[in-house]
Amino acid sequence: MLFENDATRIRREVMVRIARAFLEGNLVREIDRIPLEMRPRNAETVSRCCVYKDRAVIRYRCLAALGVGFDEEKDELTPLSAFAQQALDRKKIEGPVLSVLEIACHACVKAHHKVTDACQGCIARPCVVNCPKKAVSVVDGVSRIDPKACVNCGKCQKVCPFNAIVKIPVPCEQACPVGAIAKDAQNRSVIDFDRCVSCGRCMRACPFGAVLERSELLDVLKALRGPRPVVAILAPAVVGQFPGSLEQIVAGMKRLGFSGVVEVAHGADLVARAEAAEFAHRMRGGATFMTSSCCPAYVQAAKRHVPGLMAHVSDTPTPMHVSAEEVRKRNPEAFVTFVGPCVAKRFEGRNDPMIDAVLTFEELGALFIAGQVDVAACPEEPLEQPASAEGRGFAIQGGVTKAVQAYASPDTPLKPVYINGLTRTTLLQLKAFLSSCPGNFVEVMVCEGGCVAGAGVVGQAQVSAQKIRLLTDSNVTRKAGG
Amino acid sequence: MKKYTVCICSGTTCFVMGSAELQTLADHLPPELKDRVEIRFSHCLGLCNDRNFSRAPFVTIEGEPMGGATIPAIIERLGKLASGNA
Repeated sequence: MLFENDATRIRREVMVRIARAFLEGNLVREIDRIPLEMRPRNAETVSRCCVYKDRAVIRYRCLAALGVGFDEEKDELTPLSAFAQQALDRKKIEGPVLSVLEIACHACVKAHHKVTDACQGCIARPCVVNCPKKAVSVVDGVSRIDPKACVNCGKCQKVCPFNAIVKIPVPCEQACPVGAIAKDAQNRSVIDFDRCVSCGRCMRACPFGAVLERSELLDVLKALRGPRPVVAILAPAVVGQFPGSLEQIVAGMKRLGFSGVVEVAHGADLVARAEAAEFAHRMRGGATFMTSSCCPAYVQAAKRHVPGLMAHVSDTPTPMHVSAEEVRKRNPEAFVTFVGPCVAKRFEGRNDPMIDAVLTFEELGALFIAGQVDVAACPEEPLEQPASAEGRGFAIQGGVTKAVQAYASPDTPLKPVYINGLTRTTLLQLKAFLSSCPGNFVEVMVCEGGCVAGAGVVGQAQVSAQKIRLLTDSNVTRKAGG
Repeated sequence: MKKYTVCICSGTTCFVMGSAELQTLADHLPPELKDRVEIRFSHCLGLCNDRNFSRAPFVTIEGEPMGGATIPAIIERLGKLASGNA
């Protein structure tokens, strides 16, 4: 799937402009100019009806980039500068990760089927004949669907010999694996946070860019200028996110002001060992199966949608948590920033006292641009503790299983089952495992392909996956412990 | 037959603003262009340094810069070159 589109680009541009204004020391003074700079009066291209609507939407995008939820705006006259000041003054961001921008969303209408002008008004009329609700009739020589009677079963679409009937979906609803986002009576999408697992798929799917995450960009920028040493813990999916080697990315981050950069892959390696031991213990105790626990969107999905699974989810903490703990042991003062591909990790991070902030790779990219750091031009900075191939493999589908298998005891062999991408169907599959599981170790990745396909990536998932596979298939990289 | 050189900027600005996707250009080339294009990746071409970076990502095709590069735009340009309609 191609992620790049204008909505993605606008989101990134807003982040860069805010980070740049901060680094230049005039965020509060300049932020109200950003919508005008992005859409000047004589702008050649506009995304919506006119520059004024574009500016209004960009203003809200600035709020999201500041980490402010749209519902925090009580008075529309409040300038962005006031919100920027408020963001600069806050201690830690709280509340839900995703937020729907109403004024950007309403253009999209409820999912429905529509007869297009490709309808030839044929005499076979399979659409009329096959409709179980008698919602299709022929008016003035062409088929018409009565929206009141139609239940969107899609039969008419399938049987039309001219492909004249289309389904117009609501992309966010279609993308959500757990039915957490839906249109209300006013046609606005609303997220049900009791159901939401924070996977971020709606954000990527919305063609209007109306679902935004509340960024922690400013919290990290502030910390980088503050007294505490800022230590970044980099998710294994970092491979392929930026041009240049891992060592160059580390050098680039140090140039931004991070005092240390640690690979979460190292924590992942510790997790794989602990999970292998836990697995053996559970199997000896008569458990039918165990599932991985590193994917926070999966753990939320289990908790909220298949609570019975929770007894099978591994108790081993996540690689992020383990890595943060290691950093804190050495450096209790550290401001620990997880940098990864994942929106759900933001949710996990906000609820984990070990983590001070979470950035996506997209946000790190915005920091690089704002700080004028060209990664590929940086000298290589060696990693203090290079991670093992097993740990680095956690970012791709199958990688967690491979790592646990490497440390598993021969008395309790793994019979792996993979859930590669959470969908409504795979969620049902997981539920079915409670009565009968075809294996004894279930690896669950909510994003299809693994973390490299997360909602916060910059690089192409298949390119990153290929690079990681090269790393994990060679034995020479196994450095840590082994 | 002459090969056309596409040079994709891998400076961080271009990469984040869209050239990450251009890495897969080779997979998207139509059969008639498959053997006629040489894809290179370069350090920052220095084309993005205005503050609006509105035209990143940049590529050069036969040395000629193209801003706002997308896979379809690159393929269109290559098609024109290959058919002599440039």
